[in-house]
Amino acid sequence: MTKPLVSFQNAGKIYKNGTVALAGLDLDVRGSEFLTLLGPSGCGKSTILRLIAGLDNLSSGALARGFSLDRGKIGFVFQDPTLMPWASVFDNVFLPLRLRGSPRRKATTAVEEALALVGLASSGRAFPRELSGGMRMRASIARALVLRPLVLLMDEPFAALDEITRFKLNDDLLALQGELGTTIVFVTHSVFESVYLSTRIAVIAGGPGSVAAEIAIDAPSVRGTAFRTSSVYAHYCAQASRALQGAKDEDLT
Amino acid sequence: MKSFGVTPPRWAARYGPPVLVFAGVVAAWEAYVRAMNVPAYILPSPSLVFETLFTDRATLFPALLVTLKTTFGALLAAVIGGVGLAILFTQWKWVERSFLPFAIVLQVTPIVAIAPLLLIYLEAPAAVLVCAFLVAFFPILSNTALGLASADRNLVDLFKLYRATRWQTLLHLRLPAALPYFLGGLQIGGGLALIGAIVAELAAGNAGKGAGLAFRISEAGYRLNIPRMFAALALISATGIAIFAALSALSFYLLSRWHDSAAGPER
Repeated sequence: MTKPLVSFQNAGKIYKNGTVALAGLDLDVRGSEFLTLLGPSGCGKSTILRLIAGLDNLSSGALARGFSLDRGKIGFVFQDPTLMPWASVFDNVFLPLRLRGSPRRKATTAVEEALALVGLASSGRAFPRELSGGMRMRASIARALVLRPLVLLMDEPFAALDEITRFKLNDDLLALQGELGTTIVFVTHSVFESVYLSTRIAVIAGGPGSVAAEIAIDAPSVRGTAFRTSSVYAHYCAQASRALQGAKDEDLT
Repeated sequence: MKSFGVTPPRWAARYGPPVLVFAGVVAAWEAYVRAMNVPAYILPSPSLVFETLFTDRATLFPALLVTLKTTFGALLAAVIGGVGLAILFTQWKWVERSFLPFAIVLQVTPIVAIAPLLLIYLEAPAAVLVCAFLVAFFPILSNTALGLASADRNLVDLFKLYRATRWQTLLHLRLPAALPYFLGGLQIGGGLALIGAIVAELAAGNAGKGAGLAFRISEAGYRLNIPRMFAALALISATGIAIFAALSALSFYLLSRWHDSAAGPER
């Protein structure tokens, strides 16, 4: 079996204010998979992403990464698009390259390719406030992908979007992963979204966070309306819902 | 409901009411002085004030130039000092802890109380400049420091993720994020620099020094030349309005495409 890209072993995280966010977390992230962390609010899903990104440190246990935390190995997409409002879409996507020291002229091709990947090829000169919510999120994804990261971390990126835009972005994200082969760790509250997108779901129980269940989604990587309306999809949704309910009950007790 | 008549253009709807009110007040003032035969040494009419602006231009406009030089010199120094210190505050907390109390002391001490002391230690023009600087400095410092510290937390994390240096984070994130705050401070500081210059000139004028507009007001007061006092006041007001308008235009130019305070409705 191949070595995981990221591996948490008996990991714990306690914040300065005493909040225990994670305890005894054992979780592997494997190369090229689409792993979704599904769980109730405050169960530590976002903390897991921050730990993988090196934005926070563990309080106990171990975290092993199969890569160094150099610039560009990890892409991060937040719940809000988190674009720089004073910069054009092009300049927002150019940011990771600029911080790496790439001159603008040399980076143009990479930025334009990233914009084309998310369907924003003609919006480079627009400012974020001139875009719709969905387009802003696309720009945020383009910025995360511009350095072609090994791992893409997404923290409830589509939570604030309407259902139609969310469905479209779900499909586009799957297509992107199919094209680039990027490992994605995705955080969501939505059972339906988690089943639709993932190759594997880790249900996180709260208080403090740990993995309550893992569900492998055995379905073709190319998904669409047919999958969304299939009995297989319904079966996995039911399974994930039960696991989530179990995690909640565990949390309450 | 059906509307009748012609809708005025947007500019007329926006600027019409204040212009009309101003014109009405001036007209009423003129009418009152003429109707009641109020002597000019009590209350000069607006037309006489305007005439004095022209007849005393050789006295008033060089004085205006002196006041303007002081105001803009002080504002420039306040921008350099305020922004520079705000950057140091956000980069090193010990600098903030060490220097902020001094900045607050200077802010809360009335400038009229400091001016006479400065006039003892410094030449009059330098003392006036320092007074105007002290008044304009704090709003620029405090607003810019607030702006530098208000960068989006997620963007700060993103810069950390990409291993941005402290200098890159300052240049590409904190300074642009602070721009609206800085411009707000600059608008306040611009007006205060003029006020500081006038107050210091009055203090210097009382000591028999200085040649700015405030000194001309004092001088005209001693001679009971009330129309010239009004003319000098009108110039000060016009200067203050012009500074505010210029800084508002700058703010609009720099922010209109991306910041809610200056931009139109969102898409």
